Amino acid sequence: MMYEEQSLPLKASPHAHDRSSVSGIMLQVCLALVPATAWGIYCFGWPALLVWLVSCLSAILSEALCLHLQQQPLQRCLDGSALLTGWLLAITMPPWSPWWLVAGGSAFAIIIGKQIYGGIGQNPFNPALLARTALLISFPAQMTTWVNLAPLGSAAAPGFIDSLSIIFQPNTLPDGLTGATWLGASKVAVKSGADMVEWLQNQFILRDSLLGLNRGSLGETSELCVLAGGLWLLARGIISWHIPVALLAIVAMLSTATSHFHAELYAGPLFHISSGGILLGAFFFATDYVTSPTTATGKLVFGIGCGLLIFVIRSWGGFPEAVAFAILFMNTLTPMIDRIMRPRAYGRTLTGKAIKHVSARKVV
Amino acid sequence: MRLGKIRGGIHPDGQKADSGRLPIKTDVPLPAVLYLPLCQHAGADALPMVEVGDHVLKGQCIASAAGGRSANIHAPTSGVVKAIGNITMPHPSGLPAKAITLEPDGNDEWIPLSPPDDPFSMPQEELANLVEAAGIVGMGGAIFPTAVKLRQGRRFEIKTLIINGSECEPYLTTDDRLMRERAAEIVEGTRLTRHIIEAYRAIIAIEDNKPEAIAAMTEAAKDVGAIEVIAVPARYPMGSAKQLIQAITGLEVPAGARSNDIGVLVHNVATIYAIQQALVAGKPLVSRITTVAGGCIQQPQNVEALIGTPIQHLFDSCGGLKQRPARLLMGGPMMGQVLPTTDVPLIKGGSGVLALTQAEVNARMPSPCIHCNRCVSACPMGLTPLEMARSSRRDDLDRAQDFGLKDCILCGSCAYVCPSHIPLVQYFEYAKGELAERRASQDKLALTQKLMSARQERVEAEAAAKKAAKAAKKAKKKPSAAKPAASTVDTGAEALAEVE
Repeated sequence: MMYEEQSLPLKASPHAHDRSSVSGIMLQVCLALVPATAWGIYCFGWPALLVWLVSCLSAILSEALCLHLQQQPLQRCLDGSALLTGWLLAITMPPWSPWWLVAGGSAFAIIIGKQIYGGIGQNPFNPALLARTALLISFPAQMTTWVNLAPLGSAAAPGFIDSLSIIFQPNTLPDGLTGATWLGASKVAVKSGADMVEWLQNQFILRDSLLGLNRGSLGETSELCVLAGGLWLLARGIISWHIPVALLAIVAMLSTATSHFHAELYAGPLFHISSGGILLGAFFFATDYVTSPTTATGKLVFGIGCGLLIFVIRSWGGFPEAVAFAILFMNTLTPMIDRIMRPRAYGRTLTGKAIKHVSARKVV
Repeated sequence: MRLGKIRGGIHPDGQKADSGRLPIKTDVPLPAVLYLPLCQHAGADALPMVEVGDHVLKGQCIASAAGGRSANIHAPTSGVVKAIGNITMPHPSGLPAKAITLEPDGNDEWIPLSPPDDPFSMPQEELANLVEAAGIVGMGGAIFPTAVKLRQGRRFEIKTLIINGSECEPYLTTDDRLMRERAAEIVEGTRLTRHIIEAYRAIIAIEDNKPEAIAAMTEAAKDVGAIEVIAVPARYPMGSAKQLIQAITGLEVPAGARSNDIGVLVHNVATIYAIQQALVAGKPLVSRITTVAGGCIQQPQNVEALIGTPIQHLFDSCGGLKQRPARLLMGGPMMGQVLPTTDVPLIKGGSGVLALTQAEVNARMPSPCIHCNRCVSACPMGLTPLEMARSSRRDDLDRAQDFGLKDCILCGSCAYVCPSHIPLVQYFEYAKGELAERRASQDKLALTQKLMSARQERVEAEAAAKKAAKAAKKAKKKPSAAKPAASTVDTGAEALAEVE
């Protein structure tokens, strides 16, 4: 009986597969973002939902446009990677951002951050972080407008129609509705001569910070939700522990040391870990496959570098938040880390030479 | 005993239950025709010793080894040689290769067998010769002539002889069933092999997903000295020699060296069984046990079939095919070869014949690499497959080598876990082939250069000799200038001596 290979021209071994797929991985990361996103939408109301929607849609449409221009199969825009980029950008945006900021940022992430380099797997920088940073530099006012909490169902929460006009017909939000994040406020306070210990006692509430009852980006405020998603990704084996642990450990160590010696100037580890987007960065952005190193040691180095930079910029830099800058900077070092930090091959030393042995050859 | 761990590896879906449940089927009817490829081993084609029309007996040598890495081929049953010519080989290319076509006469009549009375009292070299005569090759799929390996082993101080019963490929259960049903023979074969290479100890290594085999082998080996049965963790590619050595001894085979060099030798259990059959029963290698399995097979099971049996005949003896297979393989799904048709014969190294459904293969169009690093964690050799593939794709073979192409064992763990379905092994096979070709042409170049320079030297030497002879003649004519002429003669003689 003659038979022909029916479907695909590929006949190389192996002829079995673990049934993983790129879209499966992307969708699992999206799933891990659900708790943090849902909490953000609850805390900041309908406008946050609209921001999330606009960001995801804009990313997918931009991806489709690029694929069309490159004459690639259009269904690839639904492989989950564009959705993930849009989603990741959404959760780093101020929760009541105007639609053009979000849509533009998301399109920037896909087109400039990813497709221009050749599409999925080719980008040197994390697209969402690149877009967020570009927005922060281009539109500093809009990108640092931190709205107060207005949980769904509360008196402060805008209705759905009002939310539409907040996002799509944006006017400057009245001062009463906005304020600074704790990271920003602490920096300003210390610069103007206040004592960090005192400021923390008066202003900072650890429980609220962990739960997410504070101002901040759409999905970064609740450390517990982010941590839940991150740990789930770890448990699923989608990410490895190396980068998050190295990053968080370095920030914790440095903040412990500095706050021990100069408590009046520097906040302790609990403030650092529970504020801003550090957990989000550690679990979701620094672990981006494409832009982080390949090997375990490389990942540790990458995580340590991110942690160091976050702490340095937060403590002595011009911006209150540093996660995006730190990760983007380390992204640039990834190819070099990969070149230097190779795994040791079987039968070879780290330098690639054959391991030494005493030959068992019989002496004749 | 604490076992060393192997790096990376994967846990593929075993799929062993279906074929492992039933005992080995030994009553496969004689097929109408047998195809015996002349190359069922690592080296050159064996040389046919029969002619078309000859009647041969079962076990008669019909083709003899041509060179060190070649092996004898024996008639698997009695019958008539129908043809000596090209047939389609069990290889993805479907290219033809030379084979002896044998039509069984139905009597299955053996040649007179003359097994040695007491193999243990015979000189080891003679035993190795018997193994060579029996045409035994590595039956786990390596198809390297076993006698060569035994003789190499004798030149080294072998501390550990590992009998590889790990059988890490999914679907395959030949070694499992063999160990469960013929444990005593394997133990005897192990003793003989240990005797031949004078190994200190023998270890029968079995993956811990085969408790019955472990129990059977332990029972059979319990009163025999220096043979230990060890359960190793079930993890692909545990059956790869390098990985098994690492798991059992904790040692790594140094890059570029052979396991001999660190005092270890690995043989597959099926090979050991063949050695026992050759040295105790005097039977050459004419049949083997192979797993017939896959989603398309009506009744998956192990069959003891004659070498050369067409695959279709094996399927028929297992109830036939349920549906058109999406992929037909010889060997396991991880490293097996795609078969072009069901007309190809079973060969010595064919540990399994699989007919897989589309769902089982799960082939997809490849998409771009997302650098998820799963291949890096899965690689048992500690390489970076994604970088090797990227370089191979660009024909940057130097960079691919730099990332470890030479160390790659083509186990396919990387491609198995690749979410982008990138055919990594295909890239590596291609790059390895290119490298081999490049090396061959370099060797050719070097040889040409060597010949050229030898010729140059010879021509120069000849010219010098001629000149010297002329000078000598001149000197003879002019005896007045005797002194300087003498020295010229000397140099001339020297030049002549050099030429000689």
